[in-house]
Formats: sequence, structure tokens, C-alpha cells
Amino acid sequence: MSDWETLRDDLARQGYVAQPDLAMALHIAVVLGRPILLEGAAGVGKTEVARALAQARGTELIRLQCYEGLDAAQAIYEWNYQRQLLAIRAAAEDGQTGRAVEQRIFSEEFLLERPLLRAIRRPVAPVLLIDEIDRADEEFEAYLLEVLSDFQITVPELGTIRAVTRPIVVLTANGTRDLSDALRRRCIYAHVDYPDRETELAILRARLPQIEDAFGRQIVGFVQALRREDLEKKPGVAEMLDFAAALAGLGVNDLTDDPVRLQATLATLLKTQSDRGQVPTEVAQRLAGKAA
Amino acid sequence: MSRVTRFAARDPGPAARLAGFMAHLRTHGFRLGVGETETALRALDAAGAVQPDAVRMALKAVCAGCAQDVARFDDLFDSFWRNGGRVRQKVMPDRAAAPKHTRTSRTAEGQDSGAGGSPHAPESGKEGEAASEGEGRLVASRVRNLMKTDLREVVGPEDIREAEAVARRLGEAIRDRRSRRRRAARKGTMIDMRRTLRASLATGGEPLRLARRTRPDRPMKIVALCDVSGSMVVYARPFLAFLAGLMRADAAADAYLFHTRLVRITEALRDDDPLRALNRITLLADGFGGGSRIGGALDEFARGQARRFVNGRTVVMILSDGYDSAAPGGVGDALARLKKRGCRVIWLNPLKGWTGYAPVAQAMAAALPHLDLFAAANTLADLAALDRELARI
Repeated sequence: MSDWETLRDDLARQGYVAQPDLAMALHIAVVLGRPILLEGAAGVGKTEVARALAQARGTELIRLQCYEGLDAAQAIYEWNYQRQLLAIRAAAEDGQTGRAVEQRIFSEEFLLERPLLRAIRRPVAPVLLIDEIDRADEEFEAYLLEVLSDFQITVPELGTIRAVTRPIVVLTANGTRDLSDALRRRCIYAHVDYPDRETELAILRARLPQIEDAFGRQIVGFVQALRREDLEKKPGVAEMLDFAAALAGLGVNDLTDDPVRLQATLATLLKTQSDRGQVPTEVAQRLAGKAA
Repeated sequence: MSRVTRFAARDPGPAARLAGFMAHLRTHGFRLGVGETETALRALDAAGAVQPDAVRMALKAVCAGCAQDVARFDDLFDSFWRNGGRVRQKVMPDRAAAPKHTRTSRTAEGQDSGAGGSPHAPESGKEGEAASEGEGRLVASRVRNLMKTDLREVVGPEDIREAEAVARRLGEAIRDRRSRRRRAARKGTMIDMRRTLRASLATGGEPLRLARRTRPDRPMKIVALCDVSGSMVVYARPFLAFLAGLMRADAAADAYLFHTRLVRITEALRDDDPLRALNRITLLADGFGGGSRIGGALDEFARGQARRFVNGRTVVMILSDGYDSAAPGGVGDALARLKKRGCRVIWLNPLKGWTGYAPVAQAMAAALPHLDLFAAANTLADLAALDRELARI
């Protein structure tokens, strides 16, 4: 068995069933020390990859959620102003002033680490998840490129902080905005798609082992058929698991048995009004009938 | 699956073959540099890849950079490595398969469909002898007459002056978009703790001077794409004047003309002398008044120039009547692609001003879901009246 298959099995033990090309991309990214960019629709388990990878390697997961206007104070570091103020007061009472105080309050002690800085200062390389990078604006993307190529951060008052270990960087994007070519080129790329039938079934088995095999097949078949319908927001893997859990909780063990309950549990899969309208009882029953 | 490609005996080795494969991908529109070849070699090493499928996955992870690349990778891989044919045949770019660069400005199509006609020489242009004798004329003779004239006759200097004022007004309406970032400022709603603290050290820890931060206004950039196909010629006057005015009023704006191809006219319009600017466009816009390929032109723009000039702080303004000679799907797809760059898209359609107009032209209908604003405009006054709408988007 080669290394990337070992990684795939390690992930599977953490409850993440990775498709082969994703496992290969992850393996290459880890070995070459390059960031990996995961792209795909919402709900296909991109964020989950980072969590499973961190658990499989027994390291910490550091997460940076991106949003428009994300800036250095939230992404890299911030000074702890309250403590600084207190320290100035205390120093004044002791009769200290000037440079000594300044040196003290702009030292490590008063530095608040934010995800990027924290990630490069861990003794054991953590997994750094930069989630939904396409939500951050272009300025942040440009800055991130710099950090990802040098793995060093400059704090004017302290000087340059170099990486102790290189974190494994996982970036996710779901196409809110195009990413720059520069960022794409720096990354190993994997496109995460909705899992195929067998993979999804394996995910269901890994997460909800109490569900019987035949019923599991029916659930997966139903959700897969639903994804082929013309929906605004296709149900992701997480939704499928919610759906299965809801059915199990209600004690349903055949989708075609109870149309009313099925319709009620669809709330876990269809999250907009118009999508609910697209799947009335008849459609749901037809899909459920075929899924068996 | 077919056999593995038999490489020539004098083939220097795996590294060279991989380089050949990278070249093969490059000819099919992948954006790969020398760095990627090296990464690919290292990736193969890291993957310990001996199985063909492992090699395929490893190379895919390195070489593909977006979803379309992933979708096309398998076929390209097979055609290079797993085909019984000779290598040489495979490396040759296939003209029929139209190597469409997924991520570059160089599109293969769009070059071949330029309208006929000789280059438009400005000296002879006055009498209209040099105008294109192009095919597919859709408009009546009056229009054709107009079409034969030099652009300098279509647009006068006073038009441009007027348009400049209009463009300036529109620019101001769009200009200010609140940034979500904060920046140091003399007056602001938030206190800049970092600077305040630093300043307080000089006064023994008492923050006497409060530094502040505010959300700065970020300029929005206007990119205008003007349709100059046959059906639009009657509206060319206000629109071209507007473009010329826009370029003079706003140093960041960008302008393009399209008919069957797309021409960037920003530099030409920035010429100091407004009339000489129009003259230069006349030369550039060879094919003026010909057929329209809106979808193709927008697609070319979205794949090409938009990558450099359009970002989240851009308003793309399309001036067109939506009559497209190509399949209507193209317009919707191109606009969807364009919207992904985070810009706002407004479409000014001269026909919308007509009573009883409905956007039934297929291209227009396909475009509607992607538009932030769809408005009428056929004179400069109409354009000027848009400022309130623009301030809202």
C-alpha cells in the first residue's frame, strides 16, 4: 500500500471518506509542504477535510474564517490594549517612564496571536484551515500569498517572526468570487464534488452505523436523485446525514412507508421556500420509489 | 482503456516526457509554468506513483487549477499517455478541438469572424468609400449611410464636452462605496487603540490625543462595453460621446467596443485631442456596424481582460440592444462568469425606452438574471438621469 492510501485510511478512521483523487492531492500537499486549495459546492465536506486531517495527524486545527473586510487585527495579531493600559499605569506608579515602559508593553507578553501568527508558532505543525477564502477581499488574498510563500510575519514593534514549523495549509472556496491566478498557482488543487453513491453510502455507514444497510442505500439513492432535480440549493453531505438522523429518530425505516413523515423530514434537505415547492409529496414519493 | 503510448526510442527519459506532457496541457489552455513541471516531478516522487491511476491523480492535483481544468484533465491525460498513437501526433494542437484557454486572454475564436471590408482610412472616410462592404447588414439604408461616415462626424467636440459632464456625474454617483476595512483618519467613529496607546506614552500614559479610524470610501471603477454592431449604429452618437467623456473624466475607467470582436479603446480615447481620439477608434473599430456576437464578445472579455481589470470594486456597463446573431446561451454564461469576479453589471439598452418594449431578444432574456440594473438609455440626457439609480446599486 502506498503512502497516499495510508492517508486515505487514516482519514477514514476519523470518519472522513475521501475520494481517491482528494486523498492523493492531500498527500502531495503534505509531502511537498504546499497549501492545498479545495473548491466545490457548499456542503460537500471541504471544511471537514481539514478537521479529519488534523485528527489523523494528531495535531491542532487552527481555523480562520474569512469574510469581507477581514484585516490584520483579526487574522494575524493584535496588541492587548487593556493590559497595555494597565501596565502603563502600574509603571507610572513605580516611577518608570519612557523607553522602558514602551519596550515592556510592546513585547510578546502583550501580543494577542490571531490564527495566522498562531499557526506558524506552534512547536508541532498544525493544520491551518483558511475557510472560504473567496469571501475575503483582494487585499487579504494578496497578503495571504506573502505569508504562504515566506511563512514569516513582521510585527513592526517586535521584528520578523519566522515560522517554527510549517503548518499544513488548507484553503477552501466555493466560487463566490474568482481567486487570483497567483494564489491558484501556489496551491495544490482538488475539486471536491458531491460524493458518488458508494462513497456517500460509506460516509453514512461511518457516521451513523445504526442505520440498516438497505435503508441506508435507499436514503443515499433518494438524496442523490434529489440532487439531480432542478434545485436552488442542492443538499450536501451534511444535510444527507441530518436527514438520515431525522428519519432514524422518527423510527422510519422505509422511505415509501409514510409520505407525511418523509415530507416533514425533507426540511433537513431543502432549505429554501422554492425548493420545498419543487418537491411536493408526489415527486418525493416518485424519487423514494426509485431509490429503493 | 487503450494502450500506453509508445514513445520514441531516442526519447531522453521520464523527465522529458513529463515536460512534453506539460507542453501538451499548455497547448490545451492550462496555465502552467516551469515551476509546475518541477512540482509535478516532485509530486510524482512524493506519491510514489507507479500505478497509472496514481500518476493521473498526482498530476491532476498539481496541474489543474480550476474546476474546468479538472473536468478536461482526464481526456488530455489519456490522449497523451494512454494512446497507442505516436507522441508527435498528440502534442500537435488540434485546431478542430479549439483549444480554448480557460484562464487566459487568448481565445482562439473571435479572430476568425471579423467582418469583411478594408481598413478604414480616416482621410477617405469622409465620403465613406472605405467603409466595410461587410456581410450581414441588418439596418436600413439611412443607417448604412451613417455608417459610412467617419466617426468624427458621428460625434462632435461639443458632444464630448457634454458627455464629459455626464460621465463625471455618473462617476460620482458610483464612486463611493464604503469599504469594510478601516483606516486611520483624523475624524472617525472608532478609536484607533494602537496609535492612541503609542501616543499616550509621550504623555505618561494618559491618552490625551485620541487617534481614530474610519471606513474609507473606495473608488469604484467603471468598465464600459459598447456594442457597435449594425443594429446599434443609430445610437452610436450618444454612446461613443459618453465613452469619450468617461475616459476623460475618470482616469481609472476602461472602455471597449464590440461587434464581432472585442477591442479595447481605453488608450485611444485618452488621446489629448478628442477628435484624434475618435479617429484612432475609427481605425480600431474595423467592422463598425457589422454583425453582433454579444455572447462571444462578453465571453472573450470575461476570460481575458476582465481578469486584469475587473474586481469587486468595478461596475461593468454594457451598452447594447441585446440582438445577438449567435446562440443566446453564450450571453448568460459569459455574464455569470463575469459576475464571479465580484463586479456589478448594468446593462443600458436603447430599446428599453420604447413603449411596450419587452426584453424578448433571447440574448437579453438570458442576461437579465445576472444584471444589477437594466435601464433605458438612448440619449446623453437619459444617461445623465441614471445617476440616482447608479447610486443605489
